[in-house]
Amino acid sequence: MNIAVLVKLVPDTEATIKIDADRRKIAAGEINFVLNPYDEFAVEEGLRQKEKAGGQVTVISLGGDEAAKALRNALAIGADEAIQVKSNGGLDMLGIAKALADAIRGRGFDLILAGKQAVDDDCGAVGAMVAEFLDIPHVSIVTKLDIEGDKLTATREIEGGVEVFEANLPALITAQKGLNEPRYASLKGIMASKKKVIEEVAATISTPKVEVITLTYPPQRPPGRIVGQGVDAVPELVRLLREEAKVL
Amino acid sequence: MNVLTYVESREGKVRGAGLEALTVARDLAGKLGGSLCAMIIGEGAAANAISLGKYGAGKVFVVEGDDFGGYSPEAYREAIVAAMKAADASVVVMSATSLGKDLAPVVAAKLDAAFLPDCTSLEFEGGKIVVKRPVYAGRCLITLSTGSFPAVISLRPKAFLAKEESATSPVVTALNVDTAGKIKSRFVEFRVESAGKLDVTEADVIVSGGRGLKGPENFYLVEDLAGALGGAVGASRAVVDAGWRPHGEQVGQTGKVVNPTLYIAAGISGAIQHIAGMRSSKVIVAINKDKDAPIFKMADYGIVGDALEVLPVLTKAVKALG
Ligand SMILES: Cc1cc2nc3c(=O)[nH]c(=O)nc-3n(C[C@H](O)[C@H](O)[C@H](O)COP(=O)(O)OP(=O)(O)OC[C@H]3O[C@@H](n4cnc5c(N)ncnc54)[C@H](O)[C@@H]3O)c2cc1C
Ligand SMILES: Nc1ncnc2c1ncn2[C@@H]1O[C@H](COP(=O)(O)O)[C@@H](O)[C@H]1O
Repeated sequence: MNIAVLVKLVPDTEATIKIDADRRKIAAGEINFVLNPYDEFAVEEGLRQKEKAGGQVTVISLGGDEAAKALRNALAIGADEAIQVKSNGGLDMLGIAKALADAIRGRGFDLILAGKQAVDDDCGAVGAMVAEFLDIPHVSIVTKLDIEGDKLTATREIEGGVEVFEANLPALITAQKGLNEPRYASLKGIMASKKKVIEEVAATISTPKVEVITLTYPPQRPPGRIVGQGVDAVPELVRLLREEAKVL
Repeated sequence: MNVLTYVESREGKVRGAGLEALTVARDLAGKLGGSLCAMIIGEGAAANAISLGKYGAGKVFVVEGDDFGGYSPEAYREAIVAAMKAADASVVVMSATSLGKDLAPVVAAKLDAAFLPDCTSLEFEGGKIVVKRPVYAGRCLITLSTGSFPAVISLRPKAFLAKEESATSPVVTALNVDTAGKIKSRFVEFRVESAGKLDVTEADVIVSGGRGLKGPENFYLVEDLAGALGGAVGASRAVVDAGWRPHGEQVGQTGKVVNPTLYIAAGISGAIQHIAGMRSSKVIVAINKDKDAPIFKMADYGIVGDALEVLPVLTKAVKALG
């Protein structure tokens, strides 16, 4: 099976986010960047499907140096090949998905995997958009994937339950936590990844339809209050919730 | 410019998030000087259409039929595109529920439209739609704008209030949508995982438990309090990973982002990834043994104490309120 996985580098989920002086992006400063956690599930799923059916896993990332870093990370985990869709930014969500789809088209991938969402922009959109641009089926937020021949069955998580979908390959799946347990990069994998050549293709440019105006911090929550210790504090808590917060 | 709202329904019932979207779309249509048109897809669409008049929908398109029984990205996309055309709409507003999060990007790609997902505020200023949305797990808000139409907008559930308006009696039109050869991912089934239980994303009150509950056998304390408050049970990732609670209950960056009126965290430390999912709750209560637990920095009210002791007493006190 010829498998593609879309990956992105994002700030570590523990990172303290500071807004840059231009107020349109975050200050990269001391932040530790990692492979998007949902993309780890996607990479793992790609590797497992390959281990089952044979074939190869190509990881794809759009961006500048950070994209190359994401690809090195994924190669270290076990991906076979990597494509950097080179872009210096300036694309909106739709433009990113379009450029990714353009880079993917014609390469004969049977299965394309992406993360449920990137934990920086938290859009959860690129996967479904890429599928639409490629005119192939997709199932998003998937916690279980079975592939038999050219048919897949995917379980997708929704409010209060799950939905099961069937589709024919080629198809795109977005990975949710629960799909698998991602493996770590091995030392051997890390060494091998350094020698691999990353294929570079230029991103197709499209004029953004959406403009970033500014980045701000969310409103601060008013300082909290310790009502008291142990069960003795319960009556006062109930009174405050009722009379002050008016939520009971 | 006219505005179309896709009012989401499930199993024949209009969802709260759908009415929120309808309310926002109504305000937007007013600002754009256009008309508001709603649409409902699937089971019970026609039966529910009239009820949207209360929210100011003058025109409602209904789409029913076999292909719309369960969710299908392609069938629903075709329905929305057809309704946009029929309504001569330049903007479509929907909900960023699990369905809307899947559908909105598909529609945006199909229409080559400006895409504004998961918004928590929406204005129209100087000819442009201006929205805010949380990014970096709520650690920042981004303000985006577009003057490009068509535009596809999805709204974070519970970020807006659904408001009724002087009732109109809408003109309901059945829309025929041709899906022949278009459906690629076939809906097989929906399996309820928590029958009759409220989902955390839809609850006004959430009581969440963490590792401080000591074991799955103690979660009845969380369930009892949630029950007394008419709310839902949530959980930290630590207890979901440990298999104490189902993944659907996990609140946080890799779980669900929730927006309740009251969020009670019991035995939860308040890791940044947990906070990411509940920081926009209106009122936060924390119960934790450790007075230095980070959750207290987020909480409006805190009790320092053993959750196993405090929870049952709190449940009793809530029940006593009647
Ligand atoms: C990429 C990534 C994504 C993540 N996503 C999520 C997510 O979506 N959601 C999430 O929740 N976490 C997430 N985490 C995990 C997160 O970092 C924490 O590990 C987790 O939230 C801790 O859960 P906890 O508070 O239940 O447990 P702990 O951190 O162990 O805290 C237990 C708390 O209970 C208190 N306690 C102990 N006994 C009692 C008692 N008897 N009564 C009262 N209090 C008591 C302790 O003082 C402590 O504060 C993520 C982590 C990573 C790396
Ligand atoms: N620049 C990018 N390069 C490669 N894949 C991406 C990029 N941006 C997003 N993706 C993929 O799309 C998923 C969803 O991202 P988003 O829609 O931005 O939340 C991510 O988990 C990645 O798999």
